[in-house]
Amino acid sequence: MTSLPPPSAKKLGLVIDLDTCVGCQACATSCKEWNTQGDSGPLNDVNPYGSDPSGTWLNRIHGYEVKEEGQAQSRIVHFPRSCLHCEEPACVTVCPTGASYKRAEDGIVLVNPDTCIGCKLCSWACPYGAREYDQSHGVMKKCTLCVDRIYNENFEPEDRLPACVKACPTGARHFGDLGDPASDVSQLVAARGGYDLLPEMGYKPVNKYLPPRARRDATTTVAETLPKPDGSAFDRLFQWADRLLSPRQATARESEIDHSGKLEG
Amino acid sequence: MHPAYSVILFTTASGAGYGLLALLGLVGVNHGQASSLAFGLVSMVIALGLITVGLLSSTFHLGHPERAWRAFSQWRSSWLSREGVAAVITYVPALLFGLAWSGLIEAPALIAPLGILSAAMAMVTVFSTGKIYSTLTTIRAWNNPLTVPVYLSFSLATGAALLTAITAVFGNFPGFLVILTCLLLALTIALKLAYWHRIDTAPRDRTIENATGLGSIGRVSQWEVPHTSENYVQKEMGYAVARKHAAKLRRLVVLALVLAIALFLAALLFPIAALPAAALALLAATVERWLFFAEAQHVVTLFYGAKTA
Repeated sequence: MTSLPPPSAKKLGLVIDLDTCVGCQACATSCKEWNTQGDSGPLNDVNPYGSDPSGTWLNRIHGYEVKEEGQAQSRIVHFPRSCLHCEEPACVTVCPTGASYKRAEDGIVLVNPDTCIGCKLCSWACPYGAREYDQSHGVMKKCTLCVDRIYNENFEPEDRLPACVKACPTGARHFGDLGDPASDVSQLVAARGGYDLLPEMGYKPVNKYLPPRARRDATTTVAETLPKPDGSAFDRLFQWADRLLSPRQATARESEIDHSGKLEG
Repeated sequence: MHPAYSVILFTTASGAGYGLLALLGLVGVNHGQASSLAFGLVSMVIALGLITVGLLSSTFHLGHPERAWRAFSQWRSSWLSREGVAAVITYVPALLFGLAWSGLIEAPALIAPLGILSAAMAMVTVFSTGKIYSTLTTIRAWNNPLTVPVYLSFSLATGAALLTAITAVFGNFPGFLVILTCLLLALTIALKLAYWHRIDTAPRDRTIENATGLGSIGRVSQWEVPHTSENYVQKEMGYAVARKHAAKLRRLVVLALVLAIALFLAALLFPIAALPAAALALLAATVERWLFFAEAQHVVTLFYGAKTA
């Protein structure tokens, strides 16, 4: 049934730290590797070894350049994007077959691959680009929050995490119950000012993003400045060594040495 | 949005078919049995044929057409499901109306109620089609109070154009039908111009800064894409080819509709002119539907580098 269940107390989701994410793609590859054999697998790849490979990914890592006011250099923010398991998922209510559904017990949004007709309307209804059509199997694929790992009793308790969270080498991905204000993830969101993507659109995403921290020191964007020569014996020794070691024509005169510390180009 | 040919064919063909069916229903209410068996059968076959071809083509873009029957189950929440249910239900009064109205079975008392029911269900189906698009808040151009009226008016105008052309061929051509067709075409032009004005002047206040939430730091631009070659989301939602020619194609739609009106008026003197007029109306509907998709920008394009949406 694609009508939404009553809001669940438990809201499982991810918290993604944009400050510590380094854009290494470990979460994306680990997601692909797990899910191609998991509940929603196989995840198709078309022409994977050819010149124009494409395929279905449930997690994609964008990179954004952010130009700060008054800063000479911009910052790069790595931005993993996957299903946010919204509380008001329009992708579920538009589904004509009931293949898309939100679980009443923990809020995970899933697709039943046996009843999906591949009409793609859910992907039109999602503002976050979380759903991708699998052209090899004719059905829609999306993040399952590794529902086949997190409750899997064949795993050690510490492995009952989404593959992306388990794989992240910098601890930029956190998994937990965002419906419980006392949970670690809720505390983290409160402490770091975690935010929703496109909150004004009203889908109430469960996943939260932690903003990059303020830049510590603006001077770190400039290379270390060279000290000016002070005419000491050491300076003269180095200038003599510099002349001796340089090809004759290329010997730099004092006036040509750049002390500004600016990088070339 | 990527304009899938199957969906364009579906919405224009079945739209014209439902418009024709609705008008035939009203003809039945007004005049009782069709003037001849041949006229009744040909009109009904064209109406139901267009509807059926459209519905079949809409299943071509499905990943699993054999599971299409499942789409009738979620009418409580999904306009796509409601459209499917309405489309199938419409066949019942429409087929019975066709039999009674054309005179294949003798049931003059049933013509009016079946005609009204067929016309109402035809419009409910087209209304549901429009609602599928107008309820998508992710696509600003479609999430617009004019989307449904434009779908309904194109359906009725192209249906009226077909009916006029059919009556021209059968030689039972009422003058008021020509006037009605011209009025519907004029209404369609007015609604579509209002729709275009609305999407051109709507504020594009969703930005890459508020999509990513990084606007509090500064200006945001795409630095690295999350793939090595174009992915599904970009192909389906990032289609932008037609925007280049949008202004020309809009003029083509309006010109074709204006020419259709002129030819229909000429048909008052030379009935045969109704045939090219109907063809022009259908051409305009097809180009309009293509633009409807191609001009629509999806909010997800913000994550892929669009500055505003």
